[in-house]
Order: sequence, then structure tokens, then C-alpha cells
Amino acid sequence: MSNEHLMLSQISIEFPTPTGPFKALDNINLNIAKGEFVSLIGHSGCGKSTVLNIVAGLYQATTGGVILDGREVNEPGPERAVVFQNHSLLPWLSAYQNVELAVKQVFKKKKTKAEMVEWIEHNLSLVHMDHAMHKRPDEISGGMKQRVGIARALAMEPKVMLMDEPFGALDALTRAHMQDSLIEIQARLNNTVIMITHDVDEAVLLSDRIVMMTNGPAATIGEILQVELPRPRNRVQLADNPKYNHYRAEVLKFLYERQHRPEASEAKKKTAQNRVSVMGKSKAA
Amino acid sequence: MKLVKLMEPVMTTQAIKTSGLTPVKILNKLSCYVKEQVENFNPQQMLKSILVPGIAFIVFLLIWGGAASQVQTSLGTLPGPIQVWQQAMVLVDEHNEERIKQVHFHERQDIRNAKKLAENPDAEIKTRPYTGKATFFDQIWTSLITVATGFLIASLIAIPVGIICGLSPLIYSALNPLIQIFKPVSPLAWLPIVTIIVSAVYVSEDPVFSKSYLTSAITVTLCCLWPTIINTTVGVSNISKDLLNVSQVLRLGWWTKVYKIVIPSSIPMMFAGLRVSLGIGWMVLIAAEMLAQNPGLGKFVWDEFQNGSSNSLARIMVAVFAIGLVGFMLDRIMLVVQKRVSWDKSAVLR
Ligand SMILES: Nc1ncnc2c1ncn2[C@@H]1O[C@H](COP(=O)(O)OP(=O)(O)OP(=O)(O)O)[C@@H](O)[C@H]1O
Ligand SMILES: [Mg+2]
Repeated sequence: MSNEHLMLSQISIEFPTPTGPFKALDNINLNIAKGEFVSLIGHSGCGKSTVLNIVAGLYQATTGGVILDGREVNEPGPERAVVFQNHSLLPWLSAYQNVELAVKQVFKKKKTKAEMVEWIEHNLSLVHMDHAMHKRPDEISGGMKQRVGIARALAMEPKVMLMDEPFGALDALTRAHMQDSLIEIQARLNNTVIMITHDVDEAVLLSDRIVMMTNGPAATIGEILQVELPRPRNRVQLADNPKYNHYRAEVLKFLYERQHRPEASEAKKKTAQNRVSVMGKSKAA
Repeated sequence: MKLVKLMEPVMTTQAIKTSGLTPVKILNKLSCYVKEQVENFNPQQMLKSILVPGIAFIVFLLIWGGAASQVQTSLGTLPGPIQVWQQAMVLVDEHNEERIKQVHFHERQDIRNAKKLAENPDAEIKTRPYTGKATFFDQIWTSLITVATGFLIASLIAIPVGIICGLSPLIYSALNPLIQIFKPVSPLAWLPIVTIIVSAVYVSEDPVFSKSYLTSAITVTLCCLWPTIINTTVGVSNISKDLLNVSQVLRLGWWTKVYKIVIPSSIPMMFAGLRVSLGIGWMVLIAAEMLAQNPGLGKFVWDEFQNGSSNSLARIMVAVFAIGLVGFMLDRIMLVVQKRVSWDKSAVLR
């Protein structure tokens, strides 16, 4: 077991709240191999971001911990690069400068100036941003910003890439483009990736494994689905691949049959109450 | 006001930034700007931006003129716009006369010294500075230098303190009570303390700065500190959590973080504070000069008040307008600086 690349063992976390501690995660165990692409999927508020933040080192687990290449994680660091949901680029720096900030920090004494320039431009061209690399975030589209965010993470040469709903804020067409880019990059670099998503298709299309989380509080891993589709994957060819549809159905079943959406059950309660009040009114009439 | 508006686009153009200021270039820029304005001539815009304020100003002058002639004081009727304008011209003349006197003084001194040297090449020659009466414009200049000094010292202290308070909740909770207590203190309460401390501490045979200058400047500093500290603190503590996460993931050092993330994102709040500070500093300075008899516009007002001639009220009113105009100009300068340093050129600043 100890030869695993990234190990999450018995993680649980409690947040202090005014009404006492709130246990968000309980007993999360997950081992990830080098070069593996893992998706986290689950209903909103179950604790996906919390898991990611613990791996990133931004949160400290209450019990248990994360081990990366035999060393415990207890603070954030560039070997676990994060792609944030809302890109988190510095708005006063150009795309190039945003990547440069990361590259200068990570390769301070390892690369010469010329090598850094080349490396920055190389990473921006990986995400097809070389044509607009001197534009500032407010001058480029949402998809382009997210590309720069990915380029920044890639440029750090991280051991693990952590992506929190990287394409959540994008329209469907742009999202498909970004997924294709990610498949292409993944085929070339073979990074270890943990990605959070709400999108079942995205999860099946990109992942080697899909980790499905139960609803909170005290959320944990419900099921893990191994996706054995050959790579490189192509969304059009997969559309009527029975295996692909089987995986999709598995995830959907988990999400909508075994784990009811918390809001959905609440909405049901509300309509029930409405019905009662309507009945009461008609009685009075 | 027209002039300031005209200057802004000229001063912010990239061309000047990169290629030094030469008079020819400035003229070129100006003529370009004027041409642009003429080409984009829009009667409605013109009505709004010139005619309406112009009419309001004329109405103001009329009401002032009418009302002033009704008020009898111990120094005669309250002066109207015309008398005030006349006194302004008198003040300009007085200033020019002083300058001519000064030139003559130096000429005479040079001739005297040259003669002495001709008679005896080893003679010791003395050059004395001219010590004439400070004119109105000298007083404005003194006040400007003083307020600039006080404001600069305050900013150099307040911005770092604000940044540190914004970054560290511990330091914030330590300093906040002190800031809250000192913030509402009137400058006039500081003034006696500052005066006494300066006279006690600043003893030197050949002082570079006069004591009155130091006293006024330090009093301004004490009042300029607080708005900048408070605004900077708020600006820094409201930096987006995501950007701070980025800095943590990149393991940026403290300085890089402050320089690359904290300062750029808190610049708008910082400047809001600086502008409030400068406004307060200018008001405080006039009051301090009046109270302490320190050279400057405040002293000019006080001297005229004591003088009590038939022209005094009009001369004080000239000073009132000068104080207002200088205050306005200082704010505009801050705005130009803010436009220069802020990264978001599209933001509307006013
Ligand atoms: N800093 C915190 N303090 C207190 N509670 C928190 C904190 N962060 C998260 N939580 C709680 O932990 C639970 C999980 O939150 P988390 O953000 O991980 O959900 P998520 O699965 O990422 O949701 P979404 O899909 O909407 O992003 C939520 O109930 C949230 O209220
Ligand atoms: Mg989340």
C-alpha cells in the first residue's frame, strides 16, 4: 500500500460553527496511482471542495491525513497545483504574467531567464492561448481565463493537479472544447489529476475512476466506478458506445436513486405542505 | 476647473510617460485634444459641461453681491464679488512689487561685494538672504509645502500600518482601539502638545527647518494618518479569498504577496483613504496656522483679521477662495496619481 502515489486515509473534518462543530467529512479513504485521472462527483454541499482543499493543504483534516509520495501534506504547495472554479487569475496581470508569477516561484533557481520565457510560452500554447497571452483577464473570455488557469497549474509541473469544477461556469460548447483540450493535454503529459465535477458526461469522458460521494453531513465515499474506456476518447464516437452509456447510467443511478438530492426532498415536503393548506382552505370555503 | 480637466487626458497619455515632457510635445498633445473636442462637438454635452455650471456660478455671484451689500459690519459693508476681485489683483501687485524689491536687493548686494573684492581681493564678502514681507502667494506656497510634507509622512506610516493591520487580525485587534480613539481628536488639541515637543526636542544651532514648519507639518500628519490606515486596512482585509489561496498554493513570500497581490487589489480603497486624508490635512493646516501663528495661508487670514482695515474682509475672502481652489487642485492631483497607478484603467474615478 505504501507504494501508492497519493493516499487519503481516514480523513474526517469538523468545522467549528456557532451551533457546535459540524462534521463535513467522515472516514474518506482513497488511493490514487501516478498518472490517474480521478473525478469526484456528488450533490452540491456534500464536501467535494473540502476534500480537494484538504489535499491542497488549504484545510487541515481533523483526523487522518494525506500522503503524497510518502510525505504527509500539511500546507499548500506548488507540487499540488489547484485550478480554481472561478479561474482566480490576478486581474492586474496579463495571462503571460500570471503564468510567469507561478513559474518564477517554482523554478527560481532551476531555470535561466530564457528557459523560463520558453517554458511559460510553451504552457500557454498547450492550452492554445499563445495568441492572446499579453491580454489581461478582463480582456479575454471565460473559457480563455480558465485555460490560463490550467496553464498556470501545468507550468508548475505539479505532482498532482487539483481542479475544482474547472468548467462549471462555462457554456456547454466552450465546456466541450475545454474537455477536449484537457484530454489532449492529459494524453501528452499524463498528470495525476483530481477533478470535481457536477457533469456526469464530463466525469465519464475524462476519468479513469469516478468517486461518488454520499450526501453530507459526514459525507463519505459511496461508490467508486472504474471507467475502462480506451484512450484516446472521442465524445462523438462514445455517444453510442454501450459501455459508455452503462457508466453514465451507473453514475446517474447513484446520484438520483441511491442519494436523493437534498433540495429535491425538501421541495417535495414543501409541495406536500401546500397541498395540505389548499385542502384546509377548500374545507373552510 | 477647465484647466484641470484639460490637463488630465494630457498627463495620462502613454506618450508622455515613455518619452519625457517637452514643451513641443505638450503643445501637440493639447492641440490634438482641442481638435478632438472640436470634432466631437456636441451641443448638448457642451450645455451640460460648461453652460450649466457657468450659469450656476453667475447666479451665485449675483446672490452674493446682492446679499453682501445688505450686511453692515464694523469694517463697512460686506464685500461683494467685485471688491474681492479687486483685492485679488492688489495681492498680485503686492507680490510682484516684493519680487522686484528682492531683485534690487540682490543687485545692490552683488555690486557692493564686487566693489569690495576689487579693493581688496582677500576681503570677506557676505551674502545675506532677502527678508521681505511674505506675500499672499508666498503664504500659499508655504502652506502647500507644509501640507505636502505632513501628508507624505502620514502616508509613509499609514499605508504600511494599514497593510499589516489588514493582513494580521492579531495586530488589527491590538491597534484598532488606539486608532479609534485617536481618529476623532481635533488637530487643535494636538497642536499645543506638538508645539511643546518640537521646541523641546528640536534644538539645533543651525536649523534646516523652522520650528513652525515642523509643528504644522506634524499636526497635519497626526490628522492624515487615520483615514488612510482605516481604509487601507479594510481594502486589504477584503482581498478575495481565492487570490490569497493562489498565493498560498504558490508559496509566495511575504513581500511578493504584498507586492503582487495585496497592494494592487487594495489600491482603490487606499486611494479613497489618501484623498480623505489630504482633504482633512489641508483643512487642519489652515486652522493650525491660524492658531499657532505659523506662516501660511492661515496666518494670512489671521493677520488680516487682526489688521481690521476696510479691505481686510475682501482679502480674507480672496484667501477663502484660494484655500478652496488649492484643496480642489490637491484632490485632482491625487486623482491623476490614482489613475496612473491603478491597474484598472476602465474604472470610473471621481
Ligand atoms: N470553512 C467552513 N466552515 C464551515 N463549514 C464549511 C466550511 N467549508 C465548507 N463547509 C461546509 O461543509 C460542507 C461541504 O462544503 P463543500 O464546499 O465542500 O461542498 P461541495 O461539495 O464543494 O459543494 P458544491 O458542489 O456546491 O461546491 C457544506 O455543508 C459547507 O457548509
Ligand atoms: Mg465546491
